[in-house]
Amino acid sequence: MFLETLHLALQAILRNALRSFLTILGVVIGVAAVIAMVTVGQGSTDQVEADVSKLGTNLLMIRPGQGQGGPGGASSTAASLTLKDVDAIQDQVSSVNVATPMNSRMMTAILGNTNYSTNVTGTDNRYLEATDWAITEGRDFYDSELRSGTAACILGETVRKELFGSSSPLGDVIRIKQISCRVIGVLEAKGASSFGNDQDDRILIPIRTFHRRVAGNQDVSMIYAAIREGISTDKAKVDIELLMRERRRIGPGEDDDFNVFDMKQITSMLTGISSVLTGLLSAVAAVSLLVGGIGIMNIMLVSVTERTREIGIRLAIGATERQVLMQFLVEAIVLSLLGGLIGILLGLALAVVGSNMLAIPFAPDPVIILLAFGFSAVVGVIFGYFPARRAARMNPIVALRHQ
Amino acid sequence: MTLADETPVIALTGIAKTYGEGETEVRALQDVNLAILSGEFVAIMGPSGSGKSTALNMIGCLDTPTSGSYRFLGTEVGSLGRDQRALLRRNYLGFVFQGYNLLARTSALDNVELPLIYQGMARTERRALALRALARVGLTGREHHHPSQLSGGQQQRVAIARAIVTRPDVLLADEPTGNLDTARGQEIMELLTELNRDEGITILMVTHEPDMAAYAKRLVQFIDGRVASDTTNPAEIANVS
Repeated sequence: MFLETLHLALQAILRNALRSFLTILGVVIGVAAVIAMVTVGQGSTDQVEADVSKLGTNLLMIRPGQGQGGPGGASSTAASLTLKDVDAIQDQVSSVNVATPMNSRMMTAILGNTNYSTNVTGTDNRYLEATDWAITEGRDFYDSELRSGTAACILGETVRKELFGSSSPLGDVIRIKQISCRVIGVLEAKGASSFGNDQDDRILIPIRTFHRRVAGNQDVSMIYAAIREGISTDKAKVDIELLMRERRRIGPGEDDDFNVFDMKQITSMLTGISSVLTGLLSAVAAVSLLVGGIGIMNIMLVSVTERTREIGIRLAIGATERQVLMQFLVEAIVLSLLGGLIGILLGLALAVVGSNMLAIPFAPDPVIILLAFGFSAVVGVIFGYFPARRAARMNPIVALRHQ
Repeated sequence: MTLADETPVIALTGIAKTYGEGETEVRALQDVNLAILSGEFVAIMGPSGSGKSTALNMIGCLDTPTSGSYRFLGTEVGSLGRDQRALLRRNYLGFVFQGYNLLARTSALDNVELPLIYQGMARTERRALALRALARVGLTGREHHHPSQLSGGQQQRVAIARAIVTRPDVLLADEPTGNLDTARGQEIMELLTELNRDEGITILMVTHEPDMAAYAKRLVQFIDGRVASDTTNPAEIANVS
């Protein structure tokens, strides 16, 4: 009997193909919107996570200054970090695998007639280890170069491309301000970070070279500390904080005048933003799904009125209340499921296009797809029941007389 | 005739039907007594508002009496619920209307199959019966035409096929020739006469055309909600005005 009901419902739907299509348009758009939003949202979350893990989720960043202030922050009032801090963290904090100093500045690199403004970072070889960054061409710094502050530099892929085009830069000398700097290596291309900046747009030089020739002081603006495998970020963070408080002579009860960020914090902040956005957009999309459901109810009510005579005929030739109810209910459910199906396909198609445009992975979530499908069935039941009941309760005599 | 045959298919006793209440009360039927035996062909006539359609709806189990007793095949219809009456209609009654009342944009075959679908009959069996019913009314070759592609007479034949496909005991026809010209109307009446004679289907037909009523073997006239006359005399039937 169910198959017969389905047959009757399909007959009725096909008999009014255009109207059926317009009826489900609301659900199609609602479902497509939800699927597209969630899929693109999930893709961008995945992208952020991938970016951050590329940077190293086991990385802690230590900066002078109070509070969680972003770049700049309150650092000017707090004493800078020093190379001794780096050595102390490296030697005394057992949870830290590698600690590396960083100090950087935007400077113009010159080769012949070509000028290129880039980020010049003073650091050491452990920087490569901490950020898990390989050298594709050439080599890293010799210890002697690091100790003596030789003008040797390792280029990021973007800088290499800007200054040298397709030729190899190894052994050539570029000028950074007044420093003549020999290129000893090229970094592997990393692409854009989740913050949108180009990670390959940088030149590495030994930190001592930076101190002596660029900054004119011994400051370290940031320390990267890579945590030993299997040790929790929180533990490492506490260890570093204890050491730094001691080194910077911060009394009990006093606030830190430095802070330690971990990449996980940044990841969760970014994925948090992206999931809040996805949630909000999905909520809007869900509302449109609701509106789609009301659209179905509206058309079903119109359809019941318009088909009053048909209902009268069906009742007269022996359809029971239940059979008429089921026919209209199944019709509404089939309509909204059809809408759901088309919506899912359309949503996924939109998500593919959107993911391509935003250069993020296409991440369809089967749970959301099933949910959308189930939800459209529920929409059909809820918004189809009222019109169906109205049809079933009609008086056949009155219905037959209806023009 | 055997005794069993004397048990009426339709027995109305003291039937009254009133619509509305108080000032607006309309007495559509008053003290109607009517017994119809199996195999009869009854024409019901009367001026508009005389209650003939109300009576037909009641006999068709589409309506229930306000008071009195209506027994259909021995069952007291007044005490049945909507669905039980639907089952009576489905299994024992066939309807033919003035306006054909076919489902639009639905083939003749699908229209005729409809009552069998509600009976829950399997597809192949259903199809075979529907084809036979269409052949019986002379519409072989037009099974897949939609109502809009058929003439009025053909549409009414589809409606008759739909009414007889379930092999009902009683066929109720409400002005079956009302929308047709005389020639087409006579063809329909001949078909009904054949069905009554050959298949033994009891036929009740409401009409206001004396020519059509003349095909019946019994004539019941309603006036002001009451049975005014009831005759099986062929001469009276032929001369009704």
